[in-house]
Amino acid sequence: MTIEEVQQEIIEEFSVYTDWMDKYGYLIELGNELTDLDPKEKTDQNLIKGCQSRVWLIAEMNDGKINFRGESDAIIVKGLVALLLRVVSGRTPKELIENDLHFIDDLGLKQHLSPTRSNGLLAMVKQIRLYAVAYNKIAG
Amino acid sequence: MYNIEKIRSYFPVLHQKVYDKPLVYFDSAASSQKPVQVLMAEERLHNDFYGNIHRGSHFMADKATVQFEEVRDKIRDFINAESREEIIFTKGTTESVNLVAFSFCEKFLNEGDEIIVSEMEHHANIVPWQLAAQRKKAKIVKLPFNDLGVLETEKLPSLINKKTKLIAVAHVSNVLGTVNPVSEIIKIAHENNVAVFVDGAQAVQHLSVDVQQMNADFYAFSAHKMYGPNGVGVLYGKKIWLEQMPPYQGGGEMIAEVSFDGTTFNELPWKFEAGTPNITSVISFGAAIDLINETGMQNISEWEYSLLGYATSKLKEIHGIRIYGEAPEKSSVISFNIDGIHSYDLGMLLDKMAIAVRTGHLCADTVMQHFGINGCIRISFGMYNTKAEIDIFIAALNKVRQMF
Repeated sequence: MTIEEVQQEIIEEFSVYTDWMDKYGYLIELGNELTDLDPKEKTDQNLIKGCQSRVWLIAEMNDGKINFRGESDAIIVKGLVALLLRVVSGRTPKELIENDLHFIDDLGLKQHLSPTRSNGLLAMVKQIRLYAVAYNKIAG
Repeated sequence: MYNIEKIRSYFPVLHQKVYDKPLVYFDSAASSQKPVQVLMAEERLHNDFYGNIHRGSHFMADKATVQFEEVRDKIRDFINAESREEIIFTKGTTESVNLVAFSFCEKFLNEGDEIIVSEMEHHANIVPWQLAAQRKKAKIVKLPFNDLGVLETEKLPSLINKKTKLIAVAHVSNVLGTVNPVSEIIKIAHENNVAVFVDGAQAVQHLSVDVQQMNADFYAFSAHKMYGPNGVGVLYGKKIWLEQMPPYQGGGEMIAEVSFDGTTFNELPWKFEAGTPNITSVISFGAAIDLINETGMQNISEWEYSLLGYATSKLKEIHGIRIYGEAPEKSSVISFNIDGIHSYDLGMLLDKMAIAVRTGHLCADTVMQHFGINGCIRISFGMYNTKAEIDIFIAALNKVRQMF
């Protein structure tokens, strides 16, 4: 599946939920399901600090594709991290650069990406892009 | 008595719906809502008598100037300052702190000197002093608080020495709600020739402030936290200090005469009011003070006190609740966490139920560090909140808890 197809899949999954509380209930579920990082991996280097919640992001290049893993101390943000990882992990740098991450906006959850929210999520999205650009350059 | 319905009618914004639910606004400590009186004062200014103040000799300028200076007098009376020269209009509490941190420290702070800052301060009452200390190679000394949120004032005499120049302390903590014994602190300070800067941003809207009785050297607060507009605040300073302090910003208004050979400065209060002030906001600020006076600060205090008591008792019934700040004397903020639920998640879900709270560090990193937490939730009450709103909040809280 392409990045775009995964995003559409996610949007469809959410469409069953019409009530905000149900949407967030699902996000909390996703957050709870996401495998936690090894505590040793939650270093300052991997930390993307926000003043509302913290997010950790790890990127590893493997066979031309970037493997992303991540976590947050806030469950709702962790659910959004889970969705993001589903879309971006295991992709080539080129795919990441060429695709637009619009699904969070489409889900009506754009506020979580607002800079005022300072929950680390926006910084995480930016960081993913930076990794993509950096790995793309290295790949040549 | 306290006519809550009438008061709420002054704030149309409280009657709007958020996500199709009636708004419960519990974030007045961040910024309070503005009553129609304030909005109307702004409109009247622009429709009837706007002109630049202190600069013109035409009808509009004159009228605007008179109204502007009347608000200064109103504020003088509101905090019982001795003279109008001691009331400086600034952009807000933060600028008030920066003004004193710059000007006072420029004149009086020397290398090796010390400034005592309490552990419970808002960043606005920490960082400007740190910047001044950096500039002057001086030291910042911490006055700690205990786990109840009470300042360890018994440590003060031992923290003060010959090098101590100033103590910076909040009248009311924005996280803990603690009402600090500022008069007592000032007494100890003055016995040792130390000046005291009091951050009153979370106090003036909740309790009567008498700067003369308190004997504060400096006292600062913001209009937007007391039902007034944005962009204006007050610095009260004792004349004896303000007269000795060099200007903070240069420009028009604060001068007497300018020439390339040298410039002389205006007298107080204008020495510290460079440039065209926020005329609109100062004038509408006056309307906010009027509303508080008409309602009666004592009445507001009592009303909010009963809300604080009710909310605290309801919160304590919740399993896993941890309240930060349980000083014997508290003002109407309650900061807390619930075990196993991140404050961000809780705040987000409460928002979806149209309940506005504050989450995060609350601009008080040192308080977060004291408790070893990464954030918390704060509810805060204003003159327009009700017990019914607290009931809605508690019900919402219990509903949200079940999702985790």
